[in-house]
Amino acid sequence: MGSLFEVVPADTQDEVPRRRVTVTVNGTPMSAVIETRLLLVHLLRQAFKLTGTHMGCDTTHCGACTVLFDGKPVKSCTMLAVQADGHEITTVEGLAGPSELHPIQEGFKEEHGLQCGFCTPGMMLSAKALLDRNPDPDEDEIRWALSGNLCRCTGYQNIVKSVQWAARKMNPQQGQEVSE
Amino acid sequence: MYPPRFEYEAPDTVAEAVGLLAEGHGSAKVLAGGQSLIPMMKTRFASPEMLVDINGISDLEYHRRDADGSIRVGALCRHATLEQSQVLADHQPTMAAASALVADPIVRNRGTLVGSLCHADPQGDWAAVMASLGASVIAQGPTGERVIPVQEFAVGPFQNALAYDEIAVAAVVPPPKGKPEGGYLKMERRVGDFATAGVAVSLDRSAGGVARAGIALTGVGPRTIVAEEAAAILVERGLDPDSIAEAARAAAGAAQPKTDHRGTAEYKRHLVEVFTSRILKRIAGSSEEAA
Repeated sequence: MGSLFEVVPADTQDEVPRRRVTVTVNGTPMSAVIETRLLLVHLLRQAFKLTGTHMGCDTTHCGACTVLFDGKPVKSCTMLAVQADGHEITTVEGLAGPSELHPIQEGFKEEHGLQCGFCTPGMMLSAKALLDRNPDPDEDEIRWALSGNLCRCTGYQNIVKSVQWAARKMNPQQGQEVSE
Repeated sequence: MYPPRFEYEAPDTVAEAVGLLAEGHGSAKVLAGGQSLIPMMKTRFASPEMLVDINGISDLEYHRRDADGSIRVGALCRHATLEQSQVLADHQPTMAAASALVADPIVRNRGTLVGSLCHADPQGDWAAVMASLGASVIAQGPTGERVIPVQEFAVGPFQNALAYDEIAVAAVVPPPKGKPEGGYLKMERRVGDFATAGVAVSLDRSAGGVARAGIALTGVGPRTIVAEEAAAILVERGLDPDSIAEAARAAAGAAQPKTDHRGTAEYKRHLVEVFTSRILKRIAGSSEEAA
């Protein structure tokens, strides 16, 4: 448009850019037609009704909205939903089996790794990515891996213990020295 | 927050991406890691009419050391890849040190070095690191490539030297003139916050002397600051307690910090001096041990 206005036919409608996307969420392919500007967190929570992923700061700081994108933690408030087309997403709903909790979830329960629970889904997914890569992390490695996830109940002490608990459960022969 | 509406294209090749940018005549923007661009769009600091998502261009997903010793980082190489890189651990200590300090681990899984340079934030870590190394950005446009030194690449805060139909396809660090040594230190209030102050030091050492030195500062001026005088002291006099102290003072003198919620100007200047001295002392100490 060369000036501040453009004369158009009266029946003109603004075209809203849309795309059809198919995302494998927790192992199940799911499709939606979305506006290109939809964020991944909105696709998961509002379109697919997977409200376990929490929207915290909405400014790429807090990590509450962390999901695994092809196995790696990403902030779902800072990715476009359209970018997930053809990729695999794991949310907190994908952790537990039909009848039992994931060892990381058990660890958070056993070690009191949460108070309000708002940061917990993101914490657990960052922890999962860590343990998938490094089954026997030391405390520094755990704190490093979780340093993009903020807990405002300041429960970091127990969160670290929860991840250590999960590491022992998932790899019984490792980390014996931690169990005292 | 929702970003404003935009057309979205995800080309498979750089040539297609350049074509889309050319058609956009300045209304299109490249989306790589998106860790700065998406927040800027959500807050309406940026509202491109089209996003050209380059995440599908797998040719850009690499970093490598070439036969001549130069290091080349493709536009889709994530911070996390550099953090885990054996190439950097073995050959480029300044980049290796910085790669673990950019943003936080989750952002590092998406964000890219080249994207960080393009974002041209005066508080961006990579701009200082790459300036200290004398690196360049390779820009590809409709008629071919051109090489832009990092110091000329950021033309102002959040402004880079790319034409609207150019993509920054790689960053290149020239071959070292000796054994590369260096480090990066920054003060941040918490993980993921912008630097209160940061210092990148890179030296090429040969025959006990310093063949080349680069010192650049993060977050203490309207742009990344290259402390040329401090670097010259090291090249002239090598590493000894006096030259280190003098170079650190010169680096602090080159800083142009402003008092803000992250600290006073005096405090930031002090940080620059301490960080510069700390990195240089460590380098001097480790080479004594080796000797």
